[in-house]
Amino acid sequence: MKQIVFISGKGGTGKSTLVSSLSLLVQNKMLADCDVEAPNLHILLQGEILKKRDFFGAKEAVIDSSACIKCGLCRKTCRFDAISEEFEIKPMKCEGCGACTLVCPQNAIKLEEVKTGETYVSNTSRGTFSHALLDIGAEGSGRLVTEVRKNVNAYKKDEEWLLIDGSPGIGCVVIASITGTDAVVVVSEPTKSGQSDLERVLGVAKHFGVPAFVCINKYNLNLKVTSEIEEYCENNGYPVIGKIPFEPSIVKALQEFKTPIEAGNKVITNEIKNLWARLVDEVENLKKA
Amino acid sequence: MKVGILSGKGGTGKTTVSASLAAVVPSCQYIDCDVEEPNGAIFLKPELKEKSPVKVLVPEIDMTKCNFCGLCAKACQFNAIAVVKDKVLVFPEICHHCGACKIACPNDAILEVERTIGVVEANEDGTFLQGKLDVGEPISIPIINELKKHIKEDRFVILDCPPGASCAVVNSIEGCDYCVLIAEPTPFGLHDIKIAVQLVKNMGIPFGVVLNKASNDNRSIHHFCQSEGIEILMAIPFSKEIAEGYSKGILPVEINDLWNEKFKKLYEKIEGGAHK
Ligand code: SF4
Ligand code: SF4
Ligand code: SF4
Ligand code: SF4
Repeated sequence: MKQIVFISGKGGTGKSTLVSSLSLLVQNKMLADCDVEAPNLHILLQGEILKKRDFFGAKEAVIDSSACIKCGLCRKTCRFDAISEEFEIKPMKCEGCGACTLVCPQNAIKLEEVKTGETYVSNTSRGTFSHALLDIGAEGSGRLVTEVRKNVNAYKKDEEWLLIDGSPGIGCVVIASITGTDAVVVVSEPTKSGQSDLERVLGVAKHFGVPAFVCINKYNLNLKVTSEIEEYCENNGYPVIGKIPFEPSIVKALQEFKTPIEAGNKVITNEIKNLWARLVDEVENLKKA
Repeated sequence: MKVGILSGKGGTGKTTVSASLAAVVPSCQYIDCDVEEPNGAIFLKPELKEKSPVKVLVPEIDMTKCNFCGLCAKACQFNAIAVVKDKVLVFPEICHHCGACKIACPNDAILEVERTIGVVEANEDGTFLQGKLDVGEPISIPIINELKKHIKEDRFVILDCPPGASCAVVNSIEGCDYCVLIAEPTPFGLHDIKIAVQLVKNMGIPFGVVLNKASNDNRSIHHFCQSEGIEILMAIPFSKEIAEGYSKGILPVEINDLWNEKFKKLYEKIEGGAHK
């Protein structure tokens, strides 16, 4: 199974809409949403949940106050300011590193696993779908992303593709989304900030050795920036595999949870079909090379 | 006073609002805490004079003292250190700089060395600050913490926060007097704003909502705010002019005076909201 991950740097560039559109066009695939902090794909896919599990992706220190002699060593050791003056753990700040447990003369501190989110596997009309939701403010979002990708394996039959809706940024969640995939597609927008986000996120793909391709969404909103992005991609060896125009009718259709495909927008449907055909070619070529 | 600007999802106009506020509030301080994809500088165009690397401490093994007992690897909760036969491997990128391995080592064989993971940049008078995580680094929190050390407590401070609802956002808004949540009435917007609302409620910070690209086609967020008793501080309608400006790195307040006035009103409402 080939894994293709769609990321955007910032979010709000139409990544989920593209993945959802492709989920209608591409046959024989599975789906995953790795944007665990603000997942959206499940809203469009509306599947039936096959499996739901609590995920324990972090640890937290717990002090047994009956054993504590208030010596203060733990507080001095903790580098995350996670122990209060009254020797209580501040859950929002504790990284679960365990340093405090090693210095406590009373053995009064233990690390406990904490729930950081929920994972789901759903059956949808467009394929089996793995997703998750991070608990509000939780640590370890990267581990939850890894779990979403792991869950795919347990339900894999002989699907040819895995389409992954990736996460924003360039940090731990993105790294967990893209490592070991066959290709990254960066969905970008022709704005000055989009351009800056694109360059940084392409840098991450390169750093981890994942082949990267670019799709410019709403390209007609600023043709000058679009051509600057194209030039950058050309000079740095990132193929631009699609340019999708902005049309107000897409926004209208989306308000009713319809992708451009379902709304019957021919121009955009064709663009997305071409993008996929081009991507399939590129991925085949990579295999040969 | 310190104000955190956030949204459940990126790309909702967080930076537009933060930077516009920074442009209209006299002698305020703007801090870009979205260290993975900082964009504030594109709009505010500061002259960045001060650059200081952000360094963290990671273990280094003194091989003359190590006897490969493996206790360091056992202590590390993040699998950032491994002991194999006659080698100790450190994976500095995933190290959380906690120092547990050093405490665990019975032979005093672990030193800590500095490692750069990003940079903090500022203009001359420190009224504009931004952090940048180096490409390939997973852990952004130390950069956010470094930025927050430079907060000027006597001013109106705007913190442009990272997207999402993880620990990076918690670290950014911790200690804020007020939060502004930016929402877009897209089909997903309601879902995303509910997550941001829950986060600020959990942290007990007063907040209000700014609607970006507001339209009459989708009033779901209006209705949500009304039923929850959440104040809508401002609604920015979808406008081609604003979108075009945005694509070029131009703020609404630079386009016309009307927006200048509106963002000043927003500032007053924030001041009012925080003192309720
Ligand atoms: S586990 Fe680590 S972060 Fe948590 S309280 Fe102990 S030393 Fe601090
Ligand atoms: S180190 Fe142990 S005994 Fe000392 S204050 Fe902390 S919990 Fe209490
Ligand atoms: S704990 Fe110290 S002595 Fe033991 S393997 Fe680690 S570095 Fe070597
Ligand atoms: S400092 Fe902490 S995270 Fe880093 S290697 Fe040592 S125990 Fe692991």
